[in-house]
Amino acid sequence: MTRNTFSTKGLTKVYGEGRSAVHALRGVDLDIPEGEIVVLLGPSGSGKSTLLNIIGGLDRATDGTALFHDQNLSEMSDRELTRYRRDHVGFVFQFYNLMPSLTARENVELVTEIARDPMDSDEALAMVGLRERVDHFPAQLSGGEQQRVAIARAVAKNPTVLFCDEPTGALDSTTGRSVLNVLKDVNEKLGATVLIVTHAASQAAMADRVIHFADGGIRKVVLNEKKLTPEEIEW
Amino acid sequence: MVSPLDHKLLRDLWRMKGQAMAIGMVIAVGVGMLVMMTGLVTSLNETRAAYYERYRLADVFAPVTRAPDRLAGRLAAIDGVRSVEARVIGGALIDLDGIDLPVQAQAVSLPDLRNPRLNGVFLTDGRMIDRDRTDEILLLQSFAMAHGLRPGDRIQATMNGARRGFRIVGLAQSPEFLYTTAPGELIPDDARFGVIWMSRSALAAAYDMEGAFNEALLSLTRGANPAAVQEAVDRILIPYGGTGAYPLADQTSNRFVSEEISGLEAAAAGVPPVFLAVAAFLLYIVINRMVQSEREEIGLMKAFGYTNTEVGGHYFKLVMAIAIGGALAGCLMGIAGGRALIHIYIAYFKFPFLVFQLDPASFVTGVSVSILSASVGGMLVLRSVFALTPATAMRAPAPADYSRTGKMGRALNVWLDQPSRMVVRRITRQPGRMAGAMIGIACGMALCVSMITIYAGFDRTIDLTFNVIDRSDVMVSFNQDVSETAIFNLRRMEGVTLVEPVRHVPAILRNGRNSHRGVVTGLAPDARLNRALDNDLAEIPLQKTGIALSTALADILKIRPGDMLTVDVRTGRQPVLQIPVTAVAQSLLGAPAYMDLAALNRVLREPNRVSGAYLSIDQVHASAIYTKLQDMPTVAGVGLKSQAEVAFQTLMNTGAGAIRYVMGAIAFVITFGIVYNAARIAYAERSRDLASLRVIGFTRAETAFVLLGELAIVTLVALPLGGVLGYYLSFSIAAGFSSELYQIPAIFDPASYGFAAMVVIGAAVGSGWLVKRDIDRAELVSALKTRE
Ligand SMILES: Nc1ncnc2c1ncn2[C@@H]1O[C@H](COP(=O)(O)OP(=O)(O)OP(=O)(O)O)[C@@H](O)[C@H]1O
Ligand SMILES: [Mg+2]
Repeated sequence: MTRNTFSTKGLTKVYGEGRSAVHALRGVDLDIPEGEIVVLLGPSGSGKSTLLNIIGGLDRATDGTALFHDQNLSEMSDRELTRYRRDHVGFVFQFYNLMPSLTARENVELVTEIARDPMDSDEALAMVGLRERVDHFPAQLSGGEQQRVAIARAVAKNPTVLFCDEPTGALDSTTGRSVLNVLKDVNEKLGATVLIVTHAASQAAMADRVIHFADGGIRKVVLNEKKLTPEEIEW
Repeated sequence: MVSPLDHKLLRDLWRMKGQAMAIGMVIAVGVGMLVMMTGLVTSLNETRAAYYERYRLADVFAPVTRAPDRLAGRLAAIDGVRSVEARVIGGALIDLDGIDLPVQAQAVSLPDLRNPRLNGVFLTDGRMIDRDRTDEILLLQSFAMAHGLRPGDRIQATMNGARRGFRIVGLAQSPEFLYTTAPGELIPDDARFGVIWMSRSALAAAYDMEGAFNEALLSLTRGANPAAVQEAVDRILIPYGGTGAYPLADQTSNRFVSEEISGLEAAAAGVPPVFLAVAAFLLYIVINRMVQSEREEIGLMKAFGYTNTEVGGHYFKLVMAIAIGGALAGCLMGIAGGRALIHIYIAYFKFPFLVFQLDPASFVTGVSVSILSASVGGMLVLRSVFALTPATAMRAPAPADYSRTGKMGRALNVWLDQPSRMVVRRITRQPGRMAGAMIGIACGMALCVSMITIYAGFDRTIDLTFNVIDRSDVMVSFNQDVSETAIFNLRRMEGVTLVEPVRHVPAILRNGRNSHRGVVTGLAPDARLNRALDNDLAEIPLQKTGIALSTALADILKIRPGDMLTVDVRTGRQPVLQIPVTAVAQSLLGAPAYMDLAALNRVLREPNRVSGAYLSIDQVHASAIYTKLQDMPTVAGVGLKSQAEVAFQTLMNTGAGAIRYVMGAIAFVITFGIVYNAARIAYAERSRDLASLRVIGFTRAETAFVLLGELAIVTLVALPLGGVLGYYLSFSIAAGFSSELYQIPAIFDPASYGFAAMVVIGAAVGSGWLVKRDIDRAELVSALKTRE
């Protein structure tokens, strides 16, 4: 039996207090087995990013437990969480989040520098088709190109888990597909568990597991018998 | 490989180069001034020490009326005395062509057959005197230069009543006469007091001192007890009219040099820290705001697994880069400034050579103080870096919450247009940030106010001294204390409108362990020309018993009205008197002590004695009066107040006081640095907003108004605050410039505040213009594309 990368119980997140409190997560029970590609679908504001933040070690849950392998993320100190992110987690953020004062290559190096076993930064950029643009600054790149730099940055450290918050939102079908291929490669070659948040339901076809999210909770989980390759996905 | 964070560091530095340079400059001038001033002080002290040592300046001076030569042997036998030189000195008057007034001088003997054991002379021109030629003299170089005299020239001088001709064979300098002050005057003036060296035998003949001396010079062995030696000397010399041995520290020229050097020292200790504190504060504000604007990037780094220490270290490095860069630039500036100024001071102090020495400690202090103060600022910033959670990175930047200003905004809507409303809302919404900028600018204002107040204080000192306290035209001093009939003779002169007697009595004033070698001045009752005034410039009625001390003297002696002062008189029978202090008088020149003339004479049991007079004269008769004064045998010297005033002004503008101009310039640089910074920060924080405004159709002018309006309001609010700060700051800076020689008052002078406000507003307009240029040039697209 494959073990779970993540396993959550009653995960709850409340922003604010009293009358203005926002319940972003309302008790999420979820198991994500090792080495799977998981797609999270759900309407805007349903709590997808919030869930990613918590199991990615960026934020703390208000209540409930979140296990990474056997470690309880809720009980980790800040220092341990930092260690966890540094050694295991790759992020692709919803809002690119590149350092404006660093070039594409340097943005990738920012991560490879502190990773245990990184790939070469130029190689990572080549994977997302940006070999020619390594020395450009974010302001000189289009939105989609910035997103690809963000992906190169996330995969370059050879992460154990890869979180992608709408990685293809700004991309056309060709680059979108190549990005998904990169994610698939990371999953297959490195055995990384990949979590993708997306609004494009068709992308769910390449996942092992599709989680439907709504109003801070899981509506249903669908297991794909047969995965499609990114090329086969309708855009 | 250079780490990507270091790339970021360099690019951040480059991006904020204007600001970084402004802050670096502020640090640099603070450190530079510290290095320069301490370097000056060390160099001057070293040079002085070397000069004194090379020319064997005495440690103890012992004046006596007439002591037989054999006593020199007894002095040399005193425990702790290394060597003794017995010499003859005497007052002289030099007549110079084209000068109405005879110039006072001191004649000093040089041994006939050898070099002086103590108080050597340094020949700058010509040759030494020939002991067989009694008319040959050396003349003090600075005096000769002031009058255009050269070796080979002849001069006339009156010694002991006899007028004789002399030939100048050489010009000389001496560590003993770096500064020359005419008797009874406080301000040194090269032109108005000369020193003549001539052979002992010739001088002894002129003053009836054959086989005798009237001044003994002593040098001490290492570890000798100067007080004990002085006592022993006094025991030997008092029977022969000794007026008390005194140490080098009390010697006129040396005391003056010491005062000037300690004036520099005080300025070095007092002012740079203020500048460094301002710099630290600026650095804190700038980095703090930078961290605020880079919240997402900080969150991002943390999301990738950078630790707090690593992220904090990055920003700390930025702080350090600026602080260390500034400090190093400051060290270089300090060295360059010190090198430039030291020559001026060496010439000013008349040192014949220079021992240039930088104080390595000042580099260490300068650099570490700036690093330390920057670290304090940096640490405070790091707290907010640590507090940021990595989740911040994944959130879109939340628009600043302006909702709280809603109510006020509605009230203002009536009469404000949209851009004005934005200005007002930002100021009311983010009072913390605005307060930071405001305090910064207020600091600049305070620096300007206090420096300009100091300028006014210098003028005030001159005005008070020469127009309010002393209203005479001429000061006459007599050969010795004479009877009051001399005053009647002066009154009878044509053109003399008012004559006021005065008596100067040399004395050591003591209060417990504190003492001061000075003069008690006896003033006529209801004096009109030279008066003791209190802090409100009202005349202090001098009591029939009791003494009024100047503020400076009261401070030195740590004494208050009502206390008893010990007056150890150093003339005549040399009584030791106990006199109650009745009042404290305002005086900005020297450290005088005043008594009623009759009362002074009574306690000395020497009725009707005067030592000089203040004269008010009709300028039409000036020349005739000078000639008559010159022919009066009792008159030792005549001083013109106008000359004294010029000399004083020169002193203030070339000595330690000259540093005020350097500091003033620095204060202006700092003020500009601060204001420019405030403008840049505001711009950096708002560049996206401003670009958005341009995109939705605001004109350049309207966009700039949003930013500059904010700057204008902050500046205007900062002015009064800075005025108040400056008021208090000016006291400590004034204290730094005040010495025993003269005091600088920190007076409230509205014009100074107005001028300082103009400087700050000027800096704001200049900075605003520079920033506006950038707003106009900003590329809309790139400003909007990335968050910064
Ligand atoms: N820092 C915060 N403070 C208050 N509420 C927040 C905060 N972050 C998120 N929320 C709220 O939590 C809820 C879930 O937000 P989340 O970002 O997880 O949604 P999402 O599913 O990722 O939406 P989208 O698809 O639009 O990105 C939303 O209602 C949001 O308004
Ligand atoms: Mg989201």
